[in-house]
Amino acid sequence: MPTKLIINCETGEQTEVELTAEEIAQREADAKAYEAEKKAQEVIAASKAKAKEALLDKLGITAEEAELLLS
Amino acid sequence: MANTYTLIEAKTLGSAVSSVTFSSIPSTYTDLLLKVSVRSSTTNDWIGLYFNGSTANVSGRIIQGTGSGVSSSTSNPAIQAILSDSSSFTASTFGNAEVYIPNYTSNNAKSFSIDTVTENNAATAYMQLLAGLWNPATQAAITSITLVASSGDMAINSTFYLYGISNS
Repeated sequence: MPTKLIINCETGEQTEVELTAEEIAQREADAKAYEAEKKAQEVIAASKAKAKEALLDKLGITAEEAELLLS
Repeated sequence: MANTYTLIEAKTLGSAVSSVTFSSIPSTYTDLLLKVSVRSSTTNDWIGLYFNGSTANVSGRIIQGTGSGVSSSTSNPAIQAILSDSSSFTASTFGNAEVYIPNYTSNNAKSFSIDTVTENNAATAYMQLLAGLWNPATQAAITSITLVASSGDMAINSTFYLYGISNS
Protein backbone atom coordinates (compact mmCIF):
# COMPACT_ATOMS: atom_id res chain seq x y z
CA MET A 1 0.00 0.00 0.00
CA PRO A 2 1.46 3.43 -0.95
CA THR A 3 2.13 5.78 1.92
CA LYS A 4 2.30 9.54 2.38
CA LEU A 5 4.55 11.54 4.63
CA ILE A 6 3.13 14.58 6.40
CA ILE A 7 5.51 17.10 7.93
CA ASN A 8 3.88 19.54 10.31
CA CYS A 9 5.83 22.79 9.99
CA GLU A 10 4.53 24.16 13.29
CA THR A 11 5.43 21.21 15.49
CA GLY A 12 8.05 19.45 13.39
CA GLU A 13 6.07 16.23 13.82
CA GLN A 14 6.40 13.78 10.91
CA THR A 15 3.85 11.07 10.28
CA GLU A 16 3.72 8.42 7.59
CA VAL A 17 0.32 6.96 6.83
CA GLU A 18 -1.16 4.78 4.13
CA LEU A 19 -3.10 6.47 1.33
CA THR A 20 -6.83 6.07 1.60
CA ALA A 21 -8.78 4.32 -1.16
CA GLU A 22 -10.11 7.74 -2.22
CA GLU A 23 -6.61 9.19 -2.47
CA ILE A 24 -5.41 6.24 -4.53
CA ALA A 25 -8.42 6.57 -6.83
CA GLN A 26 -7.83 10.33 -7.17
CA ARG A 27 -4.19 9.76 -8.02
CA GLU A 28 -5.09 7.21 -10.68
CA ALA A 29 -7.80 9.47 -12.11
CA ASP A 30 -5.36 12.41 -12.23
CA ALA A 31 -2.76 10.31 -14.03
CA LYS A 32 -5.35 9.08 -16.55
CA ALA A 33 -6.58 12.63 -17.14
CA TYR A 34 -3.03 13.79 -17.71
CA GLU A 35 -2.37 10.98 -20.22
CA ALA A 36 -5.57 11.81 -22.08
CA GLU A 37 -4.69 15.52 -22.19
CA LYS A 38 -1.16 14.73 -23.36
CA LYS A 39 -2.50 12.53 -26.18
CA ALA A 40 -4.98 15.24 -27.20
CA GLN A 41 -2.15 17.80 -27.38
CA GLU A 42 -0.07 15.41 -29.48
CA VAL A 43 -2.97 15.00 -31.91
CA ILE A 44 -3.37 18.77 -32.20
CA ALA A 45 0.38 19.25 -32.73
CA ALA A 46 0.47 16.53 -35.41
CA SER A 47 -2.54 18.03 -37.15
CA LYS A 48 -0.94 21.51 -37.16
CA ALA A 49 2.33 20.12 -38.52
CA LYS A 50 0.47 18.33 -41.30
CA ALA A 51 -1.51 21.46 -42.21
CA LYS A 52 1.70 23.52 -42.23
CA GLU A 53 3.42 21.02 -44.51
CA ALA A 54 0.45 21.03 -46.89
CA LEU A 55 0.46 24.82 -47.03
CA LEU A 56 4.20 24.96 -47.75
CA ASP A 57 3.69 22.41 -50.55
CA LYS A 58 0.85 24.51 -51.97
CA LEU A 59 3.01 27.65 -51.89
CA GLY A 60 6.00 25.76 -53.25
CA ILE A 61 8.41 27.06 -50.61
CA THR A 62 10.44 25.51 -47.80
CA ALA A 63 9.97 26.11 -44.08
CA GLU A 64 13.18 28.17 -44.06
CA GLU A 65 11.87 30.35 -46.87
CA ALA A 66 8.59 30.84 -45.05
CA GLU A 67 10.50 31.86 -41.93
CA LEU A 68 12.46 34.37 -44.00
CA LEU A 69 9.23 35.85 -45.36
CA LEU A 70 7.89 36.32 -41.84
CA SER A 71 11.07 37.76 -40.35
CA MET B 1 13.70 42.31 -2.52
CA ALA B 2 14.11 39.15 -0.50
CA ASN B 3 17.00 39.32 1.91
CA THR B 4 16.33 36.62 4.49
CA TYR B 5 16.04 32.87 4.11
CA THR B 6 14.80 30.75 6.99
CA LEU B 7 14.72 26.98 6.85
CA ILE B 8 11.22 25.97 7.88
CA GLU B 9 11.57 22.19 7.52
CA ALA B 10 13.92 19.69 5.87
CA LYS B 11 13.47 16.02 5.15
CA THR B 12 15.59 13.24 3.69
CA LEU B 13 13.48 10.19 2.97
CA GLY B 14 14.43 7.16 5.02
CA SER B 15 11.84 5.05 3.26
CA ALA B 16 10.06 5.38 -0.08
CA VAL B 17 6.76 7.26 0.00
CA SER B 18 4.29 8.25 -2.70
CA SER B 19 3.78 11.79 -1.43
CA VAL B 20 5.25 14.38 0.91
CA THR B 21 3.15 17.14 2.46
CA PHE B 22 4.40 20.18 4.33
CA SER B 23 1.43 21.15 6.48
CA SER B 24 0.72 24.05 8.85
CA ILE B 25 3.11 26.33 6.99
CA PRO B 26 3.47 29.52 9.03
CA SER B 27 2.17 32.71 7.43
CA THR B 28 5.01 34.84 8.78
CA TYR B 29 7.07 35.07 5.60
CA THR B 30 6.67 36.90 2.31
CA ASP B 31 7.56 34.09 -0.11
CA LEU B 32 8.26 30.36 0.00
CA LEU B 33 11.10 28.47 -1.65
CA LEU B 34 11.09 24.68 -1.91
CA LYS B 35 14.22 22.86 -2.97
CA VAL B 36 13.74 19.24 -4.00
CA SER B 37 16.06 16.44 -5.04
CA VAL B 38 14.09 13.37 -6.00
CA ARG B 39 14.37 9.97 -7.63
CA SER B 40 11.51 7.64 -8.47
CA SER B 41 11.25 3.98 -7.62
CA THR B 42 9.61 3.33 -11.01
CA THR B 43 10.02 4.60 -14.56
CA ASN B 44 7.79 7.53 -13.63
CA ASP B 45 9.66 10.81 -14.08
CA TRP B 46 7.09 13.32 -12.86
CA ILE B 47 6.23 14.70 -9.47
CA GLY B 48 3.01 16.67 -9.11
CA LEU B 49 2.62 19.65 -6.79
CA TYR B 50 -0.49 21.20 -5.30
CA PHE B 51 -1.56 23.48 -2.48
CA ASN B 52 -3.92 23.16 0.48
CA GLY B 53 -4.89 19.60 -0.43
CA SER B 54 -6.61 20.50 -3.68
CA THR B 55 -5.54 19.29 -7.13
CA ALA B 56 -8.12 21.55 -8.78
CA ASN B 57 -7.83 25.07 -10.24
CA VAL B 58 -4.13 24.84 -10.95
CA SER B 59 -2.65 25.38 -14.39
CA GLY B 60 0.76 25.75 -15.94
CA ARG B 61 2.82 26.30 -19.02
CA ILE B 62 6.07 24.45 -19.58
CA ILE B 63 9.09 24.97 -21.78
CA GLN B 64 11.35 21.96 -21.94
CA GLY B 65 14.71 20.97 -23.41
CA THR B 66 15.73 17.36 -23.90
CA GLY B 67 19.29 17.74 -25.11
CA SER B 68 18.16 17.23 -28.69
CA GLY B 69 15.09 19.44 -28.97
CA VAL B 70 12.84 21.96 -27.28
CA SER B 71 9.09 22.10 -26.83
CA SER B 72 6.42 23.95 -24.91
CA SER B 73 3.08 22.74 -23.68
CA THR B 74 0.34 23.33 -21.17
CA SER B 75 0.54 21.22 -18.04
CA ASN B 76 -1.38 20.27 -14.98
CA PRO B 77 1.15 20.96 -12.23
CA ALA B 78 -0.81 18.74 -9.85
CA ILE B 79 0.54 15.84 -11.92
CA GLN B 80 3.43 17.25 -13.91
CA ALA B 81 5.50 19.86 -12.07
CA ILE B 82 8.91 18.54 -11.04
CA LEU B 83 11.24 16.29 -12.99
CA SER B 84 12.31 13.20 -11.11
CA ASP B 85 15.08 10.85 -12.14
CA SER B 86 13.26 7.67 -13.08
CA SER B 87 14.56 4.24 -12.08
CA SER B 88 15.92 3.81 -15.62
CA PHE B 89 18.29 6.78 -15.18
CA THR B 90 21.89 6.40 -14.00
CA ALA B 91 21.94 4.81 -10.54
CA SER B 92 22.09 7.13 -7.52
CA THR B 93 21.28 10.25 -9.52
CA PHE B 94 18.39 12.55 -8.68
CA GLY B 95 16.25 15.13 -10.43
CA ASN B 96 16.42 18.60 -8.88
CA ALA B 97 14.00 21.48 -8.62
CA GLU B 98 13.45 24.89 -7.12
CA VAL B 99 9.87 25.97 -6.57
CA TYR B 100 9.35 29.67 -5.86
CA ILE B 101 6.02 30.89 -4.51
CA PRO B 102 5.79 34.66 -4.03
CA ASN B 103 3.10 36.27 -1.85
CA TYR B 104 1.81 32.92 -0.62
CA THR B 105 -0.42 34.49 2.03
CA SER B 106 -2.25 36.87 -0.30
CA ASN B 107 -5.96 36.67 -1.02
CA ASN B 108 -5.37 36.61 -4.75
CA ALA B 109 -4.45 33.85 -7.20
CA LYS B 110 -0.99 32.47 -6.44
CA SER B 111 1.65 32.33 -9.12
CA PHE B 112 4.63 30.04 -8.82
CA SER B 113 7.64 29.09 -10.92
CA ILE B 114 9.63 25.89 -11.09
CA ASP B 115 13.12 25.39 -12.47
CA THR B 116 13.81 21.67 -12.70
CA VAL B 117 16.34 19.31 -14.29
CA THR B 118 17.16 15.62 -14.45
CA GLU B 119 20.60 14.11 -14.18
CA ASN B 120 21.48 11.19 -16.42
CA ASN B 121 24.73 9.84 -17.79
CA ALA B 122 23.18 9.33 -21.22
CA ALA B 123 22.10 11.27 -24.29
CA THR B 124 18.67 12.04 -22.87
CA ALA B 125 18.20 14.37 -19.94
CA TYR B 126 15.62 17.06 -19.37
CA MET B 127 15.46 20.64 -18.22
CA GLN B 128 12.25 22.52 -17.75
CA LEU B 129 10.81 25.83 -16.68
CA LEU B 130 7.23 25.97 -15.51
CA ALA B 131 5.04 29.01 -14.91
CA GLY B 132 2.07 28.04 -12.77
CA LEU B 133 -1.04 29.57 -11.29
CA TRP B 134 -3.28 28.35 -8.50
CA ASN B 135 -6.60 30.12 -8.68
CA PRO B 136 -9.19 28.53 -6.38
CA ALA B 137 -12.77 29.79 -6.23
CA THR B 138 -12.17 30.94 -2.67
CA GLN B 139 -8.74 32.50 -2.29
CA ALA B 140 -6.70 31.58 0.76
CA ALA B 141 -3.16 31.65 2.04
CA ILE B 142 -1.09 28.60 1.17
CA THR B 143 -0.83 26.52 4.35
CA SER B 144 0.23 23.22 2.85
CA ILE B 145 2.25 21.99 -0.12
CA THR B 146 2.00 18.43 -1.38
CA LEU B 147 4.39 16.70 -3.72
CA VAL B 148 3.11 13.48 -5.20
CA ALA B 149 4.72 10.90 -7.48
CA SER B 150 2.52 10.45 -10.54
CA SER B 151 3.01 6.72 -10.08
CA GLY B 152 5.09 4.56 -7.75
CA ASP B 153 7.13 6.12 -4.96
CA MET B 154 9.77 8.74 -4.35
CA ALA B 155 12.92 6.83 -3.49
CA ILE B 156 15.01 6.75 -0.32
CA ASN B 157 17.43 9.69 0.03
CA SER B 158 15.19 12.07 -1.90
CA THR B 159 15.43 15.41 -0.08
CA PHE B 160 13.04 18.30 0.53
CA TYR B 161 13.90 21.72 1.99
CA LEU B 162 11.25 24.36 2.58
CA TYR B 163 12.42 27.93 3.19
CA GLY B 164 10.52 31.01 4.22
CA ILE B 165 11.72 34.25 2.67
CA SER B 166 11.09 37.65 4.17
CA ASN B 167 11.50 40.97 2.47
CA SER B 168 12.80 42.68 5.57
